[in-house]
Amino acid sequence: MTDAMIELVDVNKWFGDFHVLKNINMTVGAGEKVVICGPSGSGKSTVVRSINRLEEHQKGTIRFNGAELTNDPKSVASIQGEIGMVFQQFNLFPHLSVLENLTLGPIKARGLERSKAVERARHYLERVRIPDQADKLPSQLSGGQQQRVAIARSLCMEPKVLLFDEPTSALDPEMISEVLDVMVELAQDGMTMVVVTHEMGFARKVADKMVFMDQGEIVEQSDPQAFFANPQTERCRTFLSQILQH
Amino acid sequence: MMKPIFALLLLLGVAGCSSSGNWGWYVIDPTTKSGWINIKFLVSGMGNTILISVIAAAISIIVGLIVALPGQSSKRGWRIVNRVYVEFIRSIPLLPMLFWVFYGLPIVFKSMGLDIPIDPFWGAVITLAVSDSAFTAEIYRSGIQSIAKGQKEAAQTIGLNYYQTMRYVILPQAIRRILPPLANQFIYIVKMSAFASVIGMQELTRRANELVVTEYRPLELYSLLIVEYLVLVLIISAGVRWLERRMGSDERH
Repeated sequence: MTDAMIELVDVNKWFGDFHVLKNINMTVGAGEKVVICGPSGSGKSTVVRSINRLEEHQKGTIRFNGAELTNDPKSVASIQGEIGMVFQQFNLFPHLSVLENLTLGPIKARGLERSKAVERARHYLERVRIPDQADKLPSQLSGGQQQRVAIARSLCMEPKVLLFDEPTSALDPEMISEVLDVMVELAQDGMTMVVVTHEMGFARKVADKMVFMDQGEIVEQSDPQAFFANPQTERCRTFLSQILQH
Repeated sequence: MMKPIFALLLLLGVAGCSSSGNWGWYVIDPTTKSGWINIKFLVSGMGNTILISVIAAAISIIVGLIVALPGQSSKRGWRIVNRVYVEFIRSIPLLPMLFWVFYGLPIVFKSMGLDIPIDPFWGAVITLAVSDSAFTAEIYRSGIQSIAKGQKEAAQTIGLNYYQTMRYVILPQAIRRILPPLANQFIYIVKMSAFASVIGMQELTRRANELVVTEYRPLELYSLLIVEYLVLVLIISAGVRWLERRMGSDERH
Protein backbone atom coordinates (compact mmCIF):
# COMPACT_ATOMS: atom_id res chain seq x y z
CA MET A 1 0.00 0.00 0.00
CA THR A 2 1.64 3.22 -1.08
CA ASP A 3 -0.57 5.77 0.64
CA ALA A 4 -0.16 4.23 4.09
CA MET A 5 0.55 6.84 6.71
CA ILE A 6 1.68 4.30 9.26
CA GLU A 7 3.06 0.93 8.32
CA LEU A 8 4.18 -1.83 10.68
CA VAL A 9 6.04 -4.73 9.10
CA ASP A 10 6.92 -7.81 11.16
CA VAL A 11 7.35 -5.76 14.32
CA ASN A 12 8.64 -7.68 17.32
CA LYS A 13 9.31 -6.50 20.82
CA TRP A 14 10.46 -8.10 24.04
CA PHE A 15 10.33 -6.84 27.61
CA GLY A 16 13.23 -8.90 28.93
CA ASP A 17 12.24 -12.49 28.11
CA PHE A 18 8.61 -11.60 27.58
CA HIS A 19 7.72 -11.54 23.90
CA VAL A 20 5.20 -8.71 24.00
CA LEU A 21 4.74 -8.09 20.25
CA LYS A 22 4.90 -10.97 17.77
CA ASN A 23 5.18 -10.21 14.04
CA ILE A 24 2.81 -7.28 14.00
CA ASN A 25 1.74 -6.26 10.50
CA MET A 26 -0.62 -3.37 10.16
CA THR A 27 -1.21 -0.30 8.03
CA VAL A 28 -3.08 2.90 8.73
CA GLY A 29 -4.02 4.97 5.71
CA ALA A 30 -4.52 8.73 5.75
CA GLY A 31 -7.90 9.52 7.23
CA GLU A 32 -8.40 5.96 8.35
CA LYS A 33 -9.72 5.05 11.81
CA VAL A 34 -8.32 1.88 13.27
CA VAL A 35 -9.64 0.46 16.52
CA ILE A 36 -7.46 -2.02 18.39
CA CYS A 37 -9.07 -4.21 21.01
CA GLY A 38 -8.17 -7.29 22.96
CA PRO A 39 -7.77 -8.58 26.50
CA SER A 40 -5.44 -6.77 28.88
CA GLY A 41 -1.81 -7.70 28.42
CA SER A 42 -2.35 -8.46 24.75
CA GLY A 43 0.15 -5.79 23.66
CA LYS A 44 -2.30 -3.31 22.17
CA SER A 45 -0.96 -0.35 24.18
CA THR A 46 2.57 -1.34 23.27
CA VAL A 47 1.65 -1.18 19.58
CA VAL A 48 0.50 2.44 19.78
CA ARG A 49 3.39 3.37 22.06
CA SER A 50 5.81 1.90 19.51
CA ILE A 51 4.31 4.00 16.76
CA ASN A 52 5.35 7.24 18.48
CA ARG A 53 8.59 5.86 19.94
CA LEU A 54 7.57 5.83 23.59
CA GLU A 55 8.67 2.20 23.23
CA GLU A 56 11.43 0.82 21.04
CA HIS A 57 10.80 -2.29 19.02
CA GLN A 58 13.66 -4.73 18.49
CA LYS A 59 12.78 -6.31 15.16
CA GLY A 60 10.83 -5.28 12.11
CA THR A 61 10.06 -1.93 10.57
CA ILE A 62 7.73 0.92 11.43
CA ARG A 63 7.28 3.63 8.81
CA PHE A 64 5.58 6.96 9.22
CA ASN A 65 4.78 8.71 5.92
CA GLY A 66 7.29 6.47 4.22
CA ALA A 67 10.20 7.22 6.55
CA GLU A 68 11.45 4.44 8.76
CA LEU A 69 11.43 5.16 12.48
CA THR A 70 14.76 4.56 14.13
CA ASN A 71 16.07 5.31 17.59
CA ASP A 72 18.15 8.14 16.24
CA PRO A 73 17.09 11.13 18.37
CA LYS A 74 16.49 13.19 15.22
CA SER A 75 14.10 10.59 13.90
CA VAL A 76 12.31 10.48 17.24
CA ALA A 77 12.09 14.27 17.41
CA SER A 78 10.76 14.53 13.88
CA ILE A 79 7.73 12.37 14.57
CA GLN A 80 6.84 13.55 18.04
CA GLY A 81 4.38 16.34 17.66
CA GLU A 82 3.40 14.94 14.25
CA ILE A 83 1.89 11.94 15.99
CA GLY A 84 -0.42 13.05 18.78
CA MET A 85 -1.13 10.86 21.77
CA VAL A 86 -3.96 10.72 24.27
CA PHE A 87 -3.18 8.71 27.40
CA GLN A 88 -5.38 6.68 29.70
CA GLN A 89 -4.24 8.80 32.66
CA PHE A 90 -4.54 12.11 30.73
CA ASN A 91 -1.00 13.14 31.80
CA LEU A 92 -1.86 16.81 31.89
CA PHE A 93 0.80 19.06 33.43
CA PRO A 94 -0.65 19.71 36.90
CA HIS A 95 1.39 22.86 37.58
CA LEU A 96 0.17 24.63 34.44
CA SER A 97 -3.24 26.07 33.65
CA VAL A 98 -5.36 24.47 30.94
CA LEU A 99 -4.33 27.20 28.50
CA GLU A 100 -0.63 26.77 29.36
CA ASN A 101 -0.95 23.01 28.88
CA LEU A 102 -2.23 23.70 25.38
CA THR A 103 0.25 26.39 24.37
CA LEU A 104 3.46 24.82 25.74
CA GLY A 105 4.10 22.53 22.77
CA PRO A 106 3.23 25.01 20.01
CA ILE A 107 5.32 27.79 21.61
CA LYS A 108 8.37 25.80 22.74
CA ALA A 109 8.55 22.96 20.23
CA ARG A 110 7.14 24.75 17.18
CA GLY A 111 8.24 28.30 17.90
CA LEU A 112 4.74 29.67 17.42
CA GLU A 113 4.05 33.20 18.66
CA ARG A 114 2.27 33.29 21.99
CA SER A 115 -0.76 35.16 20.67
CA LYS A 116 -1.17 32.67 17.82
CA ALA A 117 -0.74 29.73 20.19
CA VAL A 118 -3.36 31.14 22.55
CA GLU A 119 -5.74 31.69 19.65
CA ARG A 120 -5.19 28.13 18.50
CA ALA A 121 -5.65 26.79 22.05
CA ARG A 122 -8.94 28.63 22.45
CA HIS A 123 -10.12 27.28 19.13
CA TYR A 124 -9.49 23.68 20.18
CA LEU A 125 -10.93 24.21 23.66
CA GLU A 126 -14.07 25.35 21.89
CA ARG A 127 -13.95 22.24 19.80
CA VAL A 128 -13.75 19.92 22.82
CA ARG A 129 -16.53 22.05 24.39
CA ILE A 130 -14.74 23.52 27.38
CA PRO A 131 -13.97 27.07 26.24
CA ASP A 132 -14.52 28.62 29.67
CA GLN A 133 -12.07 26.45 31.64
CA ALA A 134 -8.91 27.91 30.08
CA ASP A 135 -7.53 29.50 33.22
CA LYS A 136 -8.22 26.64 35.59
CA LEU A 137 -5.72 24.06 36.75
CA PRO A 138 -6.24 20.47 35.59
CA SER A 139 -7.00 19.39 39.17
CA GLN A 140 -10.04 21.69 39.16
CA LEU A 141 -11.64 19.79 36.28
CA SER A 142 -13.55 16.54 36.17
CA GLY A 143 -11.93 13.47 34.62
CA GLY A 144 -13.94 13.83 31.43
CA GLN A 145 -12.97 17.48 31.13
CA GLN A 146 -9.31 16.63 31.78
CA GLN A 147 -9.31 14.04 29.02
CA ARG A 148 -10.89 16.53 26.63
CA VAL A 149 -8.16 19.04 27.55
CA ALA A 150 -5.62 16.31 26.79
CA ILE A 151 -7.21 15.79 23.37
CA ALA A 152 -7.14 19.55 22.75
CA ARG A 153 -3.48 19.63 23.82
CA SER A 154 -2.66 17.03 21.17
CA LEU A 155 -4.73 18.85 18.54
CA CYS A 156 -2.84 22.09 19.22
CA MET A 157 0.23 20.44 17.67
CA GLU A 158 -1.90 19.88 14.55
CA PRO A 159 -0.75 16.27 14.29
CA LYS A 160 -1.14 14.11 11.22
CA VAL A 161 -2.47 11.25 13.29
CA LEU A 162 -3.85 10.87 16.79
CA LEU A 163 -3.19 7.80 18.92
CA PHE A 164 -5.52 7.00 21.80
CA ASP A 165 -4.37 4.60 24.52
CA GLU A 166 -7.55 3.51 26.34
CA PRO A 167 -8.78 7.10 26.60
CA THR A 168 -11.91 6.30 28.60
CA SER A 169 -10.67 3.51 30.87
CA ALA A 170 -9.81 5.82 33.77
CA LEU A 171 -13.09 7.71 33.61
CA ASP A 172 -16.23 7.43 35.69
CA PRO A 173 -19.00 5.91 33.57
CA GLU A 174 -21.02 9.12 33.29
CA MET A 175 -18.04 10.92 31.74
CA ILE A 176 -17.21 8.40 29.07
CA SER A 177 -19.72 9.64 26.54
CA GLU A 178 -18.56 13.27 26.63
CA VAL A 179 -15.07 12.09 25.63
CA LEU A 180 -16.35 9.65 23.03
CA ASP A 181 -18.56 12.36 21.50
CA VAL A 182 -15.49 14.52 20.96
CA MET A 183 -13.64 11.57 19.44
CA VAL A 184 -16.53 10.79 17.07
CA GLU A 185 -16.51 14.41 15.91
CA LEU A 186 -12.79 14.25 15.27
CA ALA A 187 -13.29 11.08 13.27
CA GLN A 188 -16.03 12.71 11.23
CA ASP A 189 -13.71 15.64 10.49
CA GLY A 190 -11.33 13.23 8.82
CA MET A 191 -8.62 12.86 11.48
CA THR A 192 -6.46 9.76 11.15
CA MET A 193 -6.91 7.81 14.37
CA VAL A 194 -5.57 4.69 16.02
CA VAL A 195 -7.65 3.93 19.08
CA VAL A 196 -7.06 1.29 21.73
CA THR A 197 -10.40 0.88 23.45
CA HIS A 198 -13.03 -1.48 24.75
CA GLU A 199 -15.82 0.89 23.70
CA MET A 200 -17.37 -1.23 20.96
CA GLY A 201 -20.22 1.23 20.38
CA PHE A 202 -17.62 3.81 19.41
CA ALA A 203 -15.82 1.24 17.26
CA ARG A 204 -19.01 0.37 15.35
CA LYS A 205 -19.68 4.04 14.77
CA VAL A 206 -16.29 5.21 13.47
CA ALA A 207 -13.92 2.33 12.77
CA ASP A 208 -12.76 1.62 9.23
CA LYS A 209 -10.78 -1.31 10.48
CA MET A 210 -10.89 -3.49 13.58
CA VAL A 211 -7.77 -5.12 14.95
CA PHE A 212 -8.09 -7.84 17.57
CA MET A 213 -4.96 -8.69 19.54
CA ASP A 214 -4.26 -11.49 21.98
CA GLN A 215 -0.97 -12.52 23.60
CA GLY A 216 1.12 -10.16 21.51
CA GLU A 217 -0.35 -11.20 18.17
CA ILE A 218 -2.82 -9.69 15.78
CA VAL A 219 -5.39 -12.45 15.68
CA GLU A 220 -7.93 -10.75 13.45
CA GLN A 221 -7.95 -7.70 11.27
CA SER A 222 -11.07 -6.84 9.32
CA ASP A 223 -13.72 -4.26 8.60
CA PRO A 224 -16.14 -3.65 11.47
CA GLN A 225 -19.25 -5.25 9.87
CA ALA A 226 -17.45 -8.53 9.33
CA PHE A 227 -15.66 -8.25 12.64
CA PHE A 228 -18.76 -7.89 14.78
CA ALA A 229 -21.11 -10.04 12.68
CA ASN A 230 -18.78 -12.87 11.98
CA PRO A 231 -15.57 -13.14 13.99
CA GLN A 232 -13.25 -15.68 12.44
CA THR A 233 -11.55 -17.07 15.51
CA GLU A 234 -12.68 -18.61 18.75
CA ARG A 235 -10.49 -16.23 20.78
CA CYS A 236 -12.13 -13.21 19.18
CA ARG A 237 -15.63 -14.62 19.63
CA THR A 238 -14.96 -15.26 23.31
CA PHE A 239 -13.57 -11.79 23.81
CA LEU A 240 -16.49 -10.09 22.09
CA SER A 241 -19.05 -12.10 23.98
CA GLN A 242 -17.35 -11.16 27.24
CA ILE A 243 -17.32 -7.43 26.64
CA LEU A 244 -20.65 -7.20 24.85
CA GLN A 245 -22.75 -9.25 27.20
CA HIS A 246 -23.70 -6.33 29.43
CA MET B 1 45.81 13.20 76.77
CA MET B 2 42.56 13.43 78.70
CA LYS B 3 43.92 15.56 81.51
CA PRO B 4 44.35 18.81 79.58
CA ILE B 5 40.85 18.38 78.12
CA PHE B 6 39.34 17.99 81.57
CA ALA B 7 41.34 20.94 82.75
CA LEU B 8 40.07 22.99 79.85
CA LEU B 9 36.47 21.97 80.49
CA LEU B 10 36.88 22.84 84.16
CA LEU B 11 38.36 26.19 83.24
CA LEU B 12 35.46 26.91 80.90
CA GLY B 13 32.97 25.87 83.54
CA VAL B 14 34.51 28.14 86.13
CA ALA B 15 34.78 31.00 83.70
CA GLY B 16 31.13 30.50 82.77
CA CYS B 17 30.00 31.50 86.22
CA SER B 18 31.06 34.54 88.15
CA SER B 19 33.13 33.98 91.25
CA SER B 20 29.98 33.94 93.38
CA GLY B 21 28.36 31.36 91.11
CA ASN B 22 26.06 33.89 89.40
CA TRP B 23 25.86 34.53 85.69
CA GLY B 24 27.85 37.47 84.44
CA TRP B 25 25.42 38.99 82.01
CA TYR B 26 27.18 42.35 82.30
CA VAL B 27 29.35 41.32 79.30
CA ILE B 28 26.38 41.72 77.03
CA ASP B 29 24.35 44.21 79.03
CA PRO B 30 23.12 46.71 76.42
CA THR B 31 22.61 49.40 79.10
CA THR B 32 26.35 49.62 79.72
CA LYS B 33 28.77 51.01 77.19
CA SER B 34 31.11 48.03 77.17
CA GLY B 35 28.18 45.59 77.05
CA TRP B 36 26.70 47.41 74.05
CA ILE B 37 30.06 47.42 72.26
CA ASN B 38 30.33 43.67 72.87
CA ILE B 39 26.84 43.02 71.49
CA LYS B 40 27.58 45.05 68.39
CA PHE B 41 30.83 43.16 67.91
CA LEU B 42 29.05 39.78 68.18
CA VAL B 43 26.03 40.57 66.02
CA SER B 44 28.16 42.18 63.31
CA GLY B 45 29.33 38.66 62.44
CA MET B 46 25.80 37.96 61.22
CA GLY B 47 26.46 39.59 57.85
CA ASN B 48 29.25 37.19 56.96
CA THR B 49 27.37 34.15 58.27
CA ILE B 50 24.41 35.05 56.04
CA LEU B 51 26.58 35.92 53.05
CA ILE B 52 28.61 32.70 53.22
CA SER B 53 25.48 30.61 53.65
CA VAL B 54 23.46 32.25 50.88
CA ILE B 55 26.27 32.12 48.31
CA ALA B 56 27.16 28.52 49.25
CA ALA B 57 23.49 27.45 49.05
CA ALA B 58 23.05 29.17 45.68
CA ILE B 59 26.10 27.39 44.26
CA SER B 60 25.01 24.11 45.81
CA ILE B 61 21.55 24.34 44.24
CA ILE B 62 23.07 24.83 40.79
CA VAL B 63 25.89 22.29 41.15
CA GLY B 64 23.48 19.80 42.75
CA LEU B 65 21.22 19.98 39.69
CA ILE B 66 24.15 19.60 37.30
CA VAL B 67 25.26 16.54 39.27
CA ALA B 68 21.74 15.10 39.55
CA LEU B 69 20.85 15.17 35.84
CA PRO B 70 23.45 12.62 34.62
CA GLY B 71 22.16 10.37 37.39
CA GLN B 72 18.86 10.15 35.46
CA SER B 73 20.55 9.27 32.17
CA SER B 74 19.87 6.04 30.36
CA LYS B 75 23.62 5.83 29.69
CA ARG B 76 25.57 3.94 32.33
CA GLY B 77 28.66 6.15 32.03
CA TRP B 78 26.73 9.26 33.03
CA ARG B 79 25.14 7.51 35.97
CA ILE B 80 28.58 6.44 37.19
CA VAL B 81 29.83 10.04 37.03
CA ASN B 82 26.88 11.00 39.23
CA ARG B 83 27.42 8.17 41.73
CA VAL B 84 31.16 8.76 42.07
CA TYR B 85 30.67 12.45 42.77
CA VAL B 86 27.89 11.92 45.29
CA GLU B 87 29.55 9.06 47.16
CA PHE B 88 32.97 10.71 47.24
CA ILE B 89 31.90 14.20 48.27
CA ARG B 90 29.39 13.19 50.89
CA SER B 91 31.88 10.90 52.60
CA ILE B 92 34.27 13.78 53.42
CA PRO B 93 33.62 15.43 56.78
CA LEU B 94 33.22 19.16 56.52
CA LEU B 95 36.16 20.18 58.71
CA PRO B 96 38.84 18.14 56.89
CA MET B 97 37.43 19.36 53.59
CA LEU B 98 37.66 22.94 54.85
CA PHE B 99 41.31 22.43 55.81
CA TRP B 100 42.06 20.81 52.48
CA VAL B 101 40.46 23.64 50.51
CA PHE B 102 41.95 26.43 52.60
CA TYR B 103 45.47 25.07 53.15
CA GLY B 104 45.82 22.48 50.39
CA LEU B 105 44.05 23.85 47.33
CA PRO B 106 46.34 26.92 46.97
CA ILE B 107 49.30 24.52 46.80
CA VAL B 108 47.54 22.53 44.08
CA PHE B 109 46.88 25.78 42.20
CA LYS B 110 50.50 26.87 42.61
CA SER B 111 51.81 23.57 41.26
CA MET B 112 49.61 24.13 38.22
CA GLY B 113 51.21 27.54 37.78
CA LEU B 114 48.08 29.37 38.90
CA ASP B 115 48.20 32.11 41.46
CA ILE B 116 44.75 31.86 42.99
CA PRO B 117 44.74 32.81 46.64
CA ILE B 118 41.95 31.38 48.75
CA ASP B 119 40.81 33.68 51.51
CA PRO B 120 38.77 32.47 54.47
CA PHE B 121 35.55 33.73 52.89
CA TRP B 122 35.85 31.83 49.61
CA GLY B 123 37.45 28.87 51.33
CA ALA B 124 34.33 28.56 53.46
CA VAL B 125 31.95 29.19 50.56
CA ILE B 126 33.59 26.62 48.28
CA THR B 127 33.75 23.97 50.99
CA LEU B 128 30.16 24.42 52.10
CA ALA B 129 28.87 24.54 48.52
CA VAL B 130 30.71 21.46 47.31
CA SER B 131 30.01 19.45 50.43
CA ASP B 132 26.33 20.33 50.31
CA SER B 133 25.97 19.79 46.55
CA ALA B 134 26.20 16.01 46.96
CA PHE B 135 23.18 16.11 49.25
CA THR B 136 21.33 18.58 47.05
CA ALA B 137 21.93 16.26 44.09
CA GLU B 138 20.30 13.41 45.99
CA ILE B 139 17.35 15.63 46.86
CA TYR B 140 16.91 16.55 43.20
CA ARG B 141 17.08 12.86 42.31
CA SER B 142 14.25 11.97 44.68
CA GLY B 143 12.23 14.92 43.39
CA ILE B 144 12.69 14.06 39.72
CA GLN B 145 11.97 10.39 40.34
CA SER B 146 8.76 11.27 42.17
CA ILE B 147 7.29 12.79 38.99
CA ALA B 148 5.17 10.22 37.17
CA LYS B 149 6.65 8.77 33.97
CA GLY B 150 3.56 9.90 32.07
CA GLN B 151 4.61 13.53 32.45
CA LYS B 152 7.81 12.93 30.51
CA GLU B 153 5.92 10.92 27.90
CA ALA B 154 3.28 13.61 27.48
CA ALA B 155 6.01 16.22 27.06
CA GLN B 156 7.65 14.06 24.38
CA THR B 157 4.42 13.61 22.46
CA ILE B 158 3.97 17.40 22.17
CA GLY B 159 7.45 17.62 20.69
CA LEU B 160 9.45 18.92 23.65
CA ASN B 161 13.13 17.95 23.71
CA TYR B 162 15.03 16.81 26.82
CA TYR B 163 15.99 20.30 27.95
CA GLN B 164 12.46 21.67 27.43
CA THR B 165 10.90 18.68 29.18
CA MET B 166 13.11 19.26 32.21
CA ARG B 167 12.77 23.03 32.18
CA TYR B 168 9.01 23.34 31.70
CA VAL B 169 7.51 20.06 32.89
CA ILE B 170 9.65 18.00 35.28
CA LEU B 171 11.69 20.49 37.31
CA PRO B 172 8.88 22.96 38.12
CA GLN B 173 6.94 20.08 39.65
CA ALA B 174 9.97 18.45 41.27
CA ILE B 175 11.21 21.66 42.89
CA ARG B 176 7.86 22.28 44.54
CA ARG B 177 8.07 18.87 46.10
CA ILE B 178 11.69 19.18 47.26
CA LEU B 179 11.34 22.66 48.71
CA PRO B 180 11.10 21.36 52.32
CA PRO B 181 14.25 19.19 52.10
CA LEU B 182 16.11 21.96 50.26
CA ALA B 183 15.18 24.35 53.05
CA ASN B 184 16.49 21.80 55.52
CA GLN B 185 19.79 21.76 53.68
CA PHE B 186 19.96 25.55 53.76
CA ILE B 187 19.50 25.54 57.53
CA TYR B 188 22.21 22.92 57.69
CA ILE B 189 24.57 25.17 55.69
CA VAL B 190 23.89 28.11 58.00
CA LYS B 191 24.86 26.00 61.00
CA MET B 192 27.88 24.41 59.33
CA SER B 193 29.16 27.86 58.35
CA ALA B 194 30.30 28.07 61.98
CA PHE B 195 33.26 25.91 60.94
CA ALA B 196 34.54 28.87 58.90
CA SER B 197 35.60 30.34 62.25
CA VAL B 198 38.53 27.93 62.45
CA ILE B 199 40.13 29.34 59.31
CA GLY B 200 39.73 32.85 60.65
CA MET B 201 36.50 33.93 59.00
CA GLN B 202 34.92 36.74 60.97
CA GLU B 203 31.44 35.33 61.33
CA LEU B 204 29.14 34.73 64.30
CA THR B 205 31.07 31.90 65.93
CA ARG B 206 34.49 33.50 65.39
CA ARG B 207 33.28 36.71 67.00
CA ALA B 208 31.98 34.85 70.02
CA ASN B 209 35.24 32.92 70.32
CA GLU B 210 37.33 36.07 70.19
CA LEU B 211 35.25 37.76 72.84
CA VAL B 212 35.38 34.70 75.06
CA VAL B 213 39.17 34.89 74.99
CA THR B 214 39.18 38.47 76.22
CA GLU B 215 36.13 38.45 78.49
CA TYR B 216 36.29 34.91 80.00
CA ARG B 217 32.50 34.65 79.82
CA PRO B 218 31.89 31.56 77.61
CA LEU B 219 28.53 30.63 79.13
CA GLU B 220 26.94 34.00 78.48
CA LEU B 221 28.64 34.59 75.15
CA TYR B 222 27.94 31.13 73.74
CA SER B 223 24.38 31.35 75.01
CA LEU B 224 23.95 34.52 73.02
CA LEU B 225 25.63 32.83 70.05
CA ILE B 226 23.07 30.01 70.16
CA VAL B 227 20.26 32.54 70.29
CA GLU B 228 21.72 34.31 67.26
CA TYR B 229 21.62 31.08 65.22
CA LEU B 230 18.16 30.31 66.54
CA VAL B 231 16.83 33.66 65.35
CA LEU B 232 18.50 33.20 61.96
CA VAL B 233 17.03 29.74 61.46
CA LEU B 234 13.56 30.83 62.58
CA ILE B 235 13.64 33.64 60.03
CA ILE B 236 14.64 31.17 57.30
CA SER B 237 11.87 28.77 58.31
CA ALA B 238 9.29 31.53 58.11
CA GLY B 239 10.65 32.55 54.71
CA VAL B 240 10.44 28.99 53.39
CA ARG B 241 6.85 28.59 54.60
CA TRP B 242 5.97 31.81 52.82
CA LEU B 243 7.65 30.52 49.65
CA GLU B 244 5.82 27.19 49.86
CA ARG B 245 2.49 28.97 50.19
CA ARG B 246 3.31 31.20 47.25
CA MET B 247 4.40 28.38 44.97
CA GLY B 248 1.54 26.19 46.11
CA SER B 249 1.49 22.46 45.59
CA ASP B 250 0.34 20.39 42.61
CA GLU B 251 -2.86 19.64 44.44
CA ARG B 252 -3.85 23.24 45.16
CA HIS B 253 -7.49 24.03 44.52
